[in-house]
Order: sequence, then C-alpha cells, then structure tokens
Amino acid sequence: MKIDVGYVAELARLELTDEEKAVFQPQLENIVKYVEKISEVDVEGVEPMMHGRTLVNAFREDEVRPSLAAEAALANAPKRVGDEFLLPKIVEGAES
Amino acid sequence: MELYELGIKAAREGLAKGEFSSVELTQAIIDRFHAKNAEIGAYLTFDEGQALALARENPKAVPIAVKDLINVAGQPCTCASKILNGYVSPYDATVIRNMKSHDFIPAGRVNMDEFAMGSSTENSGLGVTRNPYDTDRVPGGSSGGSAAAVGGNLCIAALGTDTGGSIRQPASFCNCVGVKPSYGRVSRYGVTAFASSLDQVGPMAKSVEDAAILLSALAGHDEMDGTTPRVSVPDYAASLVGATMKGVRIGIAKEYFDVRGLDPEVRRITDEAVKKCEAAGAELVEVSLPHTEYAMAVYYIVAPAEASANLARFDGVRYGHRSAGAADVYSLYTKSRAEGFGPEVKRRIIMGTYVLSSGYYDAYYGRAQKVRTLIKRDFDEAFARCDALLTPCAPTPAFRLGELQDPLTMYLNDLFTIPSSLAGVCASSVPAGFSGDTKMPVGVQFVCGAFDEAKLLRVSKAFEEIRGNVV
Repeated sequence: MKIDVGYVAELARLELTDEEKAVFQPQLENIVKYVEKISEVDVEGVEPMMHGRTLVNAFREDEVRPSLAAEAALANAPKRVGDEFLLPKIVEGAES
Repeated sequence: MELYELGIKAAREGLAKGEFSSVELTQAIIDRFHAKNAEIGAYLTFDEGQALALARENPKAVPIAVKDLINVAGQPCTCASKILNGYVSPYDATVIRNMKSHDFIPAGRVNMDEFAMGSSTENSGLGVTRNPYDTDRVPGGSSGGSAAAVGGNLCIAALGTDTGGSIRQPASFCNCVGVKPSYGRVSRYGVTAFASSLDQVGPMAKSVEDAAILLSALAGHDEMDGTTPRVSVPDYAASLVGATMKGVRIGIAKEYFDVRGLDPEVRRITDEAVKKCEAAGAELVEVSLPHTEYAMAVYYIVAPAEASANLARFDGVRYGHRSAGAADVYSLYTKSRAEGFGPEVKRRIIMGTYVLSSGYYDAYYGRAQKVRTLIKRDFDEAFARCDALLTPCAPTPAFRLGELQDPLTMYLNDLFTIPSSLAGVCASSVPAGFSGDTKMPVGVQFVCGAFDEAKLLRVSKAFEEIRGNVV
C-alpha cells in the first residue's frame, strides 16, 4: 500500500519537512501493512462496536449554569485583543 | 522507615495516629523529589507551594503524583508536549475534585509519553524518565513517570491513564500495582483525550489495597462525562477483607502464552504465578479468545483515528504553541502543529487521518470496529466460564533506553494489554517476580469483566499474598 504522506499530512493540517516524509513513509506503510491483517476476519453480519460500552444518551436539564469566566478562558491565548482570540486575517479583503 | 516509603494505607494510619502531619508527609515527598528526581526524572514539575498549601488546608490529606495530562487548576498541563509548553489549567479535572473530597491532594506532575502515545516515556517532548530499578532502562509508558515515582518511592501513589496498556505495562516494569478500570468507571472530564473510546484514568500504587482505596475515590458517575453510568462505587478496600484464591476460577488463554516475542523469563514468572494460584486453591479453566491476534491491528486503527480527531484542537488559536512564522490561518495551523508535536504524535495523526480518509474508512475504521465487537464477545464468552484471566502483562521486562527504534516493534509491548482495553473490561498489573537475567521486575495481568473491579481487586490481593517476596 502506497501512502501519499504529504497529502494526508495536509488533510491533518501538519507541515512536514522532506526529511520527515522520508522517515515516515516506510514506517507508516509498514504499520498499514500490519493492520491490514484485519481483512482476514469474517465480519459478515457483525455490528460495529463504537465505544467501550453500550451507550445510551446522557441527558440533563437544559438550564443555565456557571461556566468558565471569559478572563480564565482567554488566559492561555497566544494572542488576544480584549475578550477575543486574535488571528491572522481569514476573509479576503477584510481588515485583519 | 522513611515517610516517602509509605503507601496510602500506612500514610493514613500514621496521620490518624498523629505520628506525623499532612504537611510533614508532603514535605517528605518534596525532599525526596529534590534528592532523587535529577537521577530518575519522574516529575516534570512540582509546585511545592501549592502542595503544602493543600496539605495545610486538609490535615488528613495524602499527596498523590499526577500524570501531566490531568488538569489541576493553576498548574501546568503539558501532556509532555512542546505544544502545551506554558499552558496553565483553568480548572480541576473531576478525578482531582474527587480525590480532594476523599482526602487526597495533587502533588507534583509526572512525565509521560507525549499525549500518552508510547510504551517507554521516550516520546516525552520534555524530559527523560529512568527506571528506578536500573537507570539505563525505561520505566515503560505511557504512564512512565507515574510508575517510576511509585517504584522509586518518589511518591505515596500516583494517577496514570491507560488507553492500550499505559498503566499496566509501566507498573510491570517498575514493580508497582496498576489498575485500568472498566471503560466508564472513572470520569475523564479534564483529562486530555487521546482515544476517547478507550481512555481510562486509574491508580498506580505500592499495594493492591492502596490501589483499591484510591480507585474508590476516583470512580463514579460524572455528569460532565456522558460515558460514566450511574453505577454505585463500592468501598473497594473493604471488599478485600478475606480475599482468597480458594474456589476462584482462573482462566488461562493459550493465545496469551504461545506467543512469539514472549520473553522466556516473563513466561517462567507467569507460569509460576499460575501454579501458585492453583496451589492456593484456584480452579484453572482453559479458555480461548480466538480474536486476540487481531487486537493490535484493530487498536492501531481505532486509537490513531480517534487521536487524529482529538488532537485537531491543538491549532495554535486558543491556547498552546503558536508559530511565529505564520502569515495566514492555514499556515498558522500547519506550522504551529509541526513545531509543537513530536514524531510519534505526528505519525499517529497521519495514520489516523489516513484510515479515516475518503475511500479508506470502510476498509479500516469501519472494519476494525466490527472486529472489535468480536474481540469483546471473546471476553464475554471467557467470563461465562471463569472469574478472572491471568496473563503475562508485558512481553518483556523493561528494555534499555534507545533499544527499540522501530515504531511497530515498540507497539508490540502492548500485545497483552490491548485486547482488554478494546473490550472495555477492567484489568490489573500485579508484581510477580524478577527476571533472572536482567534482574528487572515483572508483573502479571489479571482481567475481569466490565464493572467487576471488586472481584479484580480481590483476586489481585489474593495473588499478592501468595506470590512470595518481590522486593
């Protein structure tokens, strides 16, 4: 199985150096080759197990409760302006 | 006996009798940290002021080392990753709140493989942790800092997390007791997610009884974690009274013994453990878990897939590292993540993204979930015939730092712990002996059904009493 590591890394929003790609390529192909072992198993009619236990929806009353204050939520922000996280310009033509 | 050598039960007894105060106990751990941490590297950081302040507030408090992916208000929570360098938690995880209400306090933050991905703690982006039994060897992982701190008497007990063996394998490597609770037994609110259908928090301790006391404090329903059912939490320590092997049906599965790569000394110690159980009155039952050989493959699809989704939150926007070289939002994501994550985390994110990507989902993730159902059924059928499985815990004793370079070879460390994680059942690692050639400790694994922790701990305790000397 040939993996386009550069393409998959782009999907994952991960910039890789050429050196990293060269290292990861054979490692990942090796891992993928290993996990393809599951193709041997007959899974006809078997339900997928989505979680560690059978889940039912966990509901609670829809009521207002105290939550993290804005200042606490923003305390770890790499960059902020007032009560907002500051990012480079996203929308073309808008003020950054 | 020095105070830092005490376990939870002995520490509580000493506090109750007034032999020492909580502040003195906490100070003894701090002094031990100063004396030994440069050599062992168990802790990443230790906020002595906060620990002592908490000890002054609660005179019954016993200090507990905390794996660096569990949030404690006002403390760093790096997950041993450069991407979270400088991060300070705004709130306590539920397990920390539960600990505090049961007279435990967080004291010191211990090292781990970055985002809990690894089996040696060598993937930590922030420091090296060494095995207290031989400092040229790894402590195991991912909860390697927790295990080294317990095994080296740098703490009273510790919190670890286990996704595919990350409590049990390091416990085996460092001669401590580790318990991976059933999926849903302990809340993960405030615990940085790796693979959400597998992650569990659990105790790492110096005895089964200590692990039982700590687990009773951690466990229970939490409305902040929808996977925790309203199942009452027994007093696990109280349930240990009279624990015996007599009449216990111990399941022996050939899939865990006739395995290539199983170290002969680990095999010998496990075989001897089986004989000791039988001699103490246990009934041995041959069981088969025929899908065991597929568990590793299922895990290395499911866990990276879930990790790739969970770790998408580390994007340099709201917290964590932000690249200085980003001109636009796209490169802010790609560069911040490239600079912040280490190689194993990158590998797993790419692997997870690949198996979830268009055209591959059904062949990998979809199929893996179906095989996971078959693995769980194996356990259901086994537990219809026995009370507990006894298996090797890790295939080898602790290996040397730098010894395992190939990722897939490293992954094989979790061969015996992954199946029970996938099935969502509970399992323990209990010290069983020392390997003759390496002189390193070796644990055995007990596995019980989902929410059967009381039985798991009783069997583990009964084994602890018959196994002989492991000091």
